[in-house]
Amino acid sequence: MSALQLSHDELLKVYRTMRMIRRFEERVMEEMGTGDIPGNTHLYAGQEASAVGVCLQLEEGDYISSTHRGHGHSIAKGVDIDSMMAELFGRASGTCGGKGGSMHIADLRKGMLGANGIVAAGAPITCGAALSMKVLGSRQVAVAFAGDGAMNEGVMSESFNLAKIWNLPIVFVIEDNGFGEATANAAVSAGSFTRRAESYDIPTLEVDGTDVFAVYSAAGEAVERARGGGGPTMLHVHVPRYYGHYSGDPDTYRTPEEKKAMRQERDCLVSFRRRMKEVSLLEEAELDAVDQEVEAAIDQAVAAARAAPFPPLSALTSDVYVKYL
Amino acid sequence: MAQKSFRQALNEALHFEMARDPRVIMMGEDLTGGAGANGVKDAWGGAFGVTKGLLGAFGPERIRDTPISEAAFIGAAAGAALTGLRPIAEIMFVDFAGVCLDQIMNQAAKFRYMFGGRAKTPLVIRATYGAGSRSGSQHTQALHSIFTHIPGLKVVIPSTPYDAKGLLLQAIRDDDPVIFLEHKMLYDTVGEVPDGAYTIPFAEARVARDGKDVLIIAIGRMVSVAEEAARKLAADGISACIIDPRTTSPLDEDTLLDFTDKIGRVVIVDEANPRCSVATDISALLADKSFDALKAPIKLVTAPHSPVPYAPNLEDAYIPTAAAVAKAATSIAKR
Repeated sequence: MSALQLSHDELLKVYRTMRMIRRFEERVMEEMGTGDIPGNTHLYAGQEASAVGVCLQLEEGDYISSTHRGHGHSIAKGVDIDSMMAELFGRASGTCGGKGGSMHIADLRKGMLGANGIVAAGAPITCGAALSMKVLGSRQVAVAFAGDGAMNEGVMSESFNLAKIWNLPIVFVIEDNGFGEATANAAVSAGSFTRRAESYDIPTLEVDGTDVFAVYSAAGEAVERARGGGGPTMLHVHVPRYYGHYSGDPDTYRTPEEKKAMRQERDCLVSFRRRMKEVSLLEEAELDAVDQEVEAAIDQAVAAARAAPFPPLSALTSDVYVKYL
Repeated sequence: MAQKSFRQALNEALHFEMARDPRVIMMGEDLTGGAGANGVKDAWGGAFGVTKGLLGAFGPERIRDTPISEAAFIGAAAGAALTGLRPIAEIMFVDFAGVCLDQIMNQAAKFRYMFGGRAKTPLVIRATYGAGSRSGSQHTQALHSIFTHIPGLKVVIPSTPYDAKGLLLQAIRDDDPVIFLEHKMLYDTVGEVPDGAYTIPFAEARVARDGKDVLIIAIGRMVSVAEEAARKLAADGISACIIDPRTTSPLDEDTLLDFTDKIGRVVIVDEANPRCSVATDISALLADKSFDALKAPIKLVTAPHSPVPYAPNLEDAYIPTAAAVAKAATSIAKR
């Protein structure tokens, strides 16, 4: 898929969404420092091209599920950043009314079935969403994002099996940032991920996750197969992780040199800008304007979140059941 | 009214609701039996024959034999419930919930709350439970206390064919995840079951037998054990009242408290292990809210705090007996 096949507006949208995710994450990291965001967050910065490349192939009614690192997928699927920021601040105006938080952020109206605090748990749930689409006769598809750590959970393999035998309209996107928490993938994963999926006769594609066009192209093939009744596909996407596993992680298991090199050599925003310049499709000034627009939107989201009230205490026991017992 | 088995009552409920609502689908291991083989396709109808005939009526798209893969298919059922279907998933033996507890406890049970009330999860998980089949420790547990402990789950544990049908129909129509527990030794018990559809609301305990001297609160299969005990007690001049909560979450606290206030002497009978259990929970509730009405200590008759043994003499000793219930009731009846 050449960059030339996307329209001017689509290219701007790609950049805006990647930039929005990056700045959202950087701002969350800053706000963590103020103590106003409770708990911890798991940041997606560095992996933007994966979420954006995949979600650009999706329609409004399609479903995605996410991982611990759910902000980027949510933004890419169209979840409103004001409500997301408010959710991280634990406010009533949050996506989940302040009761989900970073690790459980979800918006079913946008087809976002939730980040997940349990590694790999989204895979079978997403098989269920794909099953719904099949049984209800819709043409929608479901995408399960998972990390390299999830590949060593048994439920991941079970989900491949289920997706294949039921020919589900699903795409498994394995975002491999090289680390499951603080442990290198190489130390804990035998064999190759694509071969694991291929052993279930699921077609696979291996992609550079810093190249949004490469991801877009691979996702296009996978989504088209799913939508056309051709069943599951697995994408193995290689991405960098700019921060530690969680926001309080000093990330000492990686050297300063490799972290610096990662940011210098594998930045999806830098490479996107370079590409646009090479093919003369977007002006620097246009991209700079997007940067400013994103900055203003995030300032506004943070200010609104900070001003928003916490949930009322009555929310403590609401929505446990349809009607509390 | 027609006499039907517990199994037949459940089968009727499943047939009725699948015909009524195209969003209801079923999945589980050997739910039909014979998938992919050359013989009879609907060979089993589930390990206990409860789902027999559904494949012919509704086809393989809606009645799905799954791989032996509880974490995947219970998760898929939860995801399907979240996105527009009303799945019924069968765990052959509730012991196997250990394999997929994440999907029950961390996922399905919490969607509604974590997502700020914007999700509903109309999922029914049917599972067999209970001792008495000489199946050893991993096919015989009574785990309703574990599920009752988890907010977001509803737990149904019927004791008669009539209740089984009405409660299952209610469970399928409920918008929350429901754990529906069927004692495997009850499948062949017979009772009056209407042909048509009817529902029994949750949190409505049933007075299985009226009486004035001792209140016996019994759960699931233990209701029939309590009834046998009540007959013994009647011969000794002690009139026992039996209440079956029918759902342990939600729990009909009002009825349990009302009868405790009226009678003042309580025996709680449960097949589950006794520590941190529904039996101890109900006991604490009554002690907290009806203490002044109590004329004697609350007595618990449960299994011992051990796994279920295999040897027939040990398994028989494990399960609470009518004699033990009668003895407990007698010990407090005259105080």
